Amino acid sequence: MPKLTIDGKEIEVPAGTTIIQAAEKLGINIPRYCYHPALPVSGNCRICLVEVEKQPKLQIACYTPVAEGMVVKTTSQKTLDTRKTVLEFLLVNHPVDCPVCDQAGECKLQDYYMEHGQYNSRLVDVKVKKHKKAVSIGPTVMLDQERCILCTRCVRYTDSITKTNELGVFNRGDHSELDVVPGMQLDNKYSGNVVDICPVGALTDKDFRFKCRVWYLGQTKSVCPGCSMGCNSEIHWDKQRPRVEKTARVMRLKPRLNPEVNNYWLCDEGRYSYKSIDENRVLYPQMNNELVSWEKAIDAVASAIKNSPASKVGIISSAQLTNEDLYAVRKLFKDTLKISNVDFQVAQKPGYSDDFLIKADKNPNTAGAKLILQSLSGQDATQILEKAKRGEIEVLYVFGHDLIALYGKPMVMEIVKHVKTIIWQGTTVNETCSYAHIILPSAVYAEKDGTFTNVQKRVQRIWQAFLPLAEAKADWNILNMIAKKLGHDLKMESSEGLFCEMTSAVPAFSEMTYEKIGEQGMIVKS
Amino acid sequence: MTYSTEQKRKELEKYFEEKSSFNILRVAQMKRDWKKANRRELTWWESTYIPTVAGGIWTTSTHFFRNLFFHIMHLFGLYKNVSAAVTYQYPEQKRPLAKRLRTRHRLMKREDGSPRCVACMMCETVCPARCIEITAAEHPNPNIEKYPAEFKLDLGKCVYCGFCVEVCPEDAIRMDTGKLDTAEYSRQSMIYDKKRLMEE
Ligand code: SF4
Ligand code: SF4
Ligand code: SF4
Ligand code: FES
Repeated sequence: MPKLTIDGKEIEVPAGTTIIQAAEKLGINIPRYCYHPALPVSGNCRICLVEVEKQPKLQIACYTPVAEGMVVKTTSQKTLDTRKTVLEFLLVNHPVDCPVCDQAGECKLQDYYMEHGQYNSRLVDVKVKKHKKAVSIGPTVMLDQERCILCTRCVRYTDSITKTNELGVFNRGDHSELDVVPGMQLDNKYSGNVVDICPVGALTDKDFRFKCRVWYLGQTKSVCPGCSMGCNSEIHWDKQRPRVEKTARVMRLKPRLNPEVNNYWLCDEGRYSYKSIDENRVLYPQMNNELVSWEKAIDAVASAIKNSPASKVGIISSAQLTNEDLYAVRKLFKDTLKISNVDFQVAQKPGYSDDFLIKADKNPNTAGAKLILQSLSGQDATQILEKAKRGEIEVLYVFGHDLIALYGKPMVMEIVKHVKTIIWQGTTVNETCSYAHIILPSAVYAEKDGTFTNVQKRVQRIWQAFLPLAEAKADWNILNMIAKKLGHDLKMESSEGLFCEMTSAVPAFSEMTYEKIGEQGMIVKS
Repeated sequence: MTYSTEQKRKELEKYFEEKSSFNILRVAQMKRDWKKANRRELTWWESTYIPTVAGGIWTTSTHFFRNLFFHIMHLFGLYKNVSAAVTYQYPEQKRPLAKRLRTRHRLMKREDGSPRCVACMMCETVCPARCIEITAAEHPNPNIEKYPAEFKLDLGKCVYCGFCVEVCPEDAIRMDTGKLDTAEYSRQSMIYDKKRLMEE
């Protein structure tokens, strides 16, 4: 293990570590464009040059391995001067069109110019014009060759991560241009990631383009609910825009680093799935197609459940719910009301999957639902529905499922004929909810705190970004109201309280707390 | 029971429109922002309005007699260095304005008549009154790239600070129309859109 000194601080790191990584361990951030921890090193941008004692020339920190007794200076005058010069070179042909560039505000060229540049332009010649400006290179991404600094991060990404090789650098010298390979499009399931790794505004997201300036965005850590992988994400939502006519709150999703789950990446489907947070939401409680108050709706639900025997109540829970919600379902329906017809597994066809991130199971919390609900019931939700079809169920409580899409209209019509009260509680309008007698609006994942358990059985936190839309409430909150109406005080007052209680009720979650789960999640006990 | 989803959505939408002309998100926001202002009760002496009326008459008369005195003195060529108030026959007669005075905004045009603004939202960001609202869109010409599909400026809120002019990287907004008489019958029409801002 070589020992070296960086800026006067000593550190011992394993052999083969590069200077940039060693510095990072000391909390020293060396500027970088082409270096990305998840990609092979290329060493072409030269912004990371640092002074190493006894070496005549500066060395690139991203590629130089550490050696015993090395003395590195990242803030010496020579290093700073070089940084400034390198930046000047990188910006020689850059159009500096920040006012129209979507990257402005999170652009590394802007950041490093303010930090290390601050020179006056000395360019007397005209800038080299590249060919493509604001050109679509695929379904999700726009390319601006003039803004590109040719760091090849995106090229290495399509080369080593997606292995689709759509991008390349063409021509030589100052005529070099980044482009898609002739006849190809940047079209793969993970194409959106190139926008995140591009340190400048050369690659921009078509979906996000011009919607909002990045400095207006609020950021809330979350987990993508698109499939059972549970990729860590960050919800970027319109926080400070003084606009009056808002139509959507969430502007985009960005991946959040978690080396155990998704690393730096997010699939395109998950990335653009945020629209369901604002679109087609169920906003108010409804009864027989009329908007009613929460009290009235809860009254009706409670009396329907009270007036039928426990064996004739069916609960179709869902793996879209958080662990806390599922525990509330179990606590109210199974443990308190002794209802045996409780399950969550519906006949869902497996979706697209691959060996990278996307999983076939499109529910974020199947593992959690299994741990919390299935340990108690041998029932399958389909069996409950069969019972309902035969007229053995009087009250059917559905959590957000679109039964028509899953089982077909004839089956659902048959159920509607036989079941006295159908209660549908969910976030987004679908065909099934129009057949429900009582509709209860619930909060989407961005509107509540909680945890999901992913396919690796990793319990991961989601955080509340904003208040629920209109009158929607978190699922556990709704169940708490029903419990109160039924005369049971179950003390389900917060998601954290529920989680604490669950850790003692479900052995797999024992010894977990929100604090311990933190931002990177925690594997359940087997 | 045979409601279609579409029908239901339409009804919901109608309901919201009737319930309030605002967007629901906005209403939720406003509910949170509401504050109750507590006003002080007037004392008995104050509620007779005698002190206020007397004070008002005092102020008016001091001005009147002071101006009267100095105008008469000016007629005799005395006290020329002391100024006295004059009346402009507004709106027929307008007061001359200093060139650098900040007056109503205008959006500058390119040669082809389209707005010079590139919807960078610098002005929207800097505006302390939060009265600018820009909707950006993709321009067909990639060398322009971005333009304001809508540019709304609420003159009912504007504090005429001129920050928007100062910050604009394209010299696309100026406050040099010399107009100060922005009067409308409703708050809604105090909101100037792109077209009105480009008229002069
Ligand atoms: S487009 Fe961005 S990531 Fe790709 S080479 Fe250019 S600057 Fe680097
Ligand atoms: S003058 Fe000031 S308050 Fe008025 S629009 Fe410009 S920045 Fe806003
Ligand atoms: S600062 Fe200028 S260019 Fe930018 S949005 Fe405002 S008026 Fe348009
Ligand atoms: S970051 Fe080291 S050369 Fe680019």
